[in-house]
Amino acid sequence: MNEVRLQFTTLQRALHWVMAICILAMLFVGVGMVSTIKPEYLTLVSLHKPLGIVILVLAVLRLIVRWRYGAPPLPSDMPEPMKLAARLSHVLFYLLMIAMPLIGWAMLSAADYPVIVAGMRLPAILPPNPEMHSMLWNAHRLLAFSFFALILLHLAAALFHALVRRDGVFDAMAPFPPHPPSDSGVVARRRD
Amino acid sequence: MNELPPPAESASGRLVLIAVVVVAIAAAFLYTAGWFTPSRLTPAKVVDTLAPPTGPALGFRRNHAKGICFTGTFDANGAGTALSNAQMFATGTYPVTGRFNLAVADPKAEDGSARVHGLSLRIRTPDGREWRAAMIDAPFFPVATPQAFYELQVTSARKDDPGAMKNFAAAHPEFGAFGAWAGSAPFTGSYAENRYNGLNSFIFTNAEGHDQTVRWSFEPAATPVFVPPDELKKRDPDFLAKDITERVARSPQRWTMTVAVANPGDPTADPSKVWPDDRRRIDVGTLAVRKIEPEADGPCRDLNFDPTVLPAGMRTSDDPFPAARSAAYSVSYNRRTAEENAYPRATSGGKP
Repeated sequence: MNEVRLQFTTLQRALHWVMAICILAMLFVGVGMVSTIKPEYLTLVSLHKPLGIVILVLAVLRLIVRWRYGAPPLPSDMPEPMKLAARLSHVLFYLLMIAMPLIGWAMLSAADYPVIVAGMRLPAILPPNPEMHSMLWNAHRLLAFSFFALILLHLAAALFHALVRRDGVFDAMAPFPPHPPSDSGVVARRRD
Repeated sequence: MNELPPPAESASGRLVLIAVVVVAIAAAFLYTAGWFTPSRLTPAKVVDTLAPPTGPALGFRRNHAKGICFTGTFDANGAGTALSNAQMFATGTYPVTGRFNLAVADPKAEDGSARVHGLSLRIRTPDGREWRAAMIDAPFFPVATPQAFYELQVTSARKDDPGAMKNFAAAHPEFGAFGAWAGSAPFTGSYAENRYNGLNSFIFTNAEGHDQTVRWSFEPAATPVFVPPDELKKRDPDFLAKDITERVARSPQRWTMTVAVANPGDPTADPSKVWPDDRRRIDVGTLAVRKIEPEADGPCRDLNFDPTVLPAGMRTSDDPFPAARSAAYSVSYNRRTAEENAYPRATSGGKP
């Protein structure tokens, strides 16, 4: 019998949960900062930029790890449209995790702001250009709300797998070790 | 123990649980974004109140809408290093991009009609950092808090209620002092003759790590010649722009940057309160304005003179205005860059 890895690697799961916290925090910081004129505005902005760079670095690392280790197969009894939605959502997540920080950085560059992240000046990745700034700013905002909607969808699907279907899909990315534990690190498929 | 109840029985309950979790997180997000707190003072609201009744001038800054660009230099004399280790205070010459402007929302306003004049600067240093500042020629700010500034805009737009401004002034005694200044302080007929004041306080940190709260001003080298306001109103609608263009064409126009250091207990959080004259003052360098350029194609057009763009060695203080200004300037910048076409560039628009 071929042993099939039913859980993402420990590194992949760690990256997933750390990034989940970072990205959710990032989106809350983002909508919070643009809706206030209080001194917290500056605190939030100075949090938003380094967090964006952290997410960018982690996303690139995660993509490399994904190429190297792949993903556990989806349950064979999962309907095809659901499988397609799952795969598509992963592609969208990678696109957003990498594009959003780059768009933010490019947007500040196009506006001719010095991009200071945690006290260090990053180079501009675009020349000053007001039209480009406007386009990127609109994209940053639109994609942020899309990102949040995708996260809600992803969360609902994850809970659906965990609580209703109980098909092992949630366990594949669960923050805790494989259950029931097995020596090979491969979880048995649990069916109700 | 019913560890795993039969799915058929509880599936709907679990779906409800999932829905509750998702809706709760979505609600928290929308709350953070201000959807459930319409009273929250957002930067968009502040910017909206600056618009005249006919609507904002598309493509222009939402306040201080009329202005003219310049380039020049800042010659630091080195004295400022006692206060801040920002490179712009180390002896040397640094490039400047700036803008003279009028505190009006209408870019077609007549120069003689504006009571408050402004000076905005960006100074770049070889270490890759920059300092941005936007100052006005009033010696203190009309109100003590950003909230009061917003209320002032809302109140002054209420032409229907003549008592509104009186009530505002009664609730904000500091506003009376500004009214007195605006009504009595002499006007000059030139951008070159104004003293421009930062008004907001910032914290400077020197190489020894010592923090001090400061405010800065730019003192003109040109001797002010006071002109009655009625006479200014009769002048050309663009006389200030023409005057500064002619002066700078003849010779660079200069200002001395002076930094005042707060004593303990001075009102650092309130720009409507001046600090006593005897505070330690240090002249840190000279601004030389060397070339004037019209704004439409000028180097200041697409710059946001965000007062929180600061080099290492400077940071914001307990003064709440720089944060509020930064948030509002950003909205103004985002709006006007989206309206590029409404403010044509004189040369680059070259249609085929």
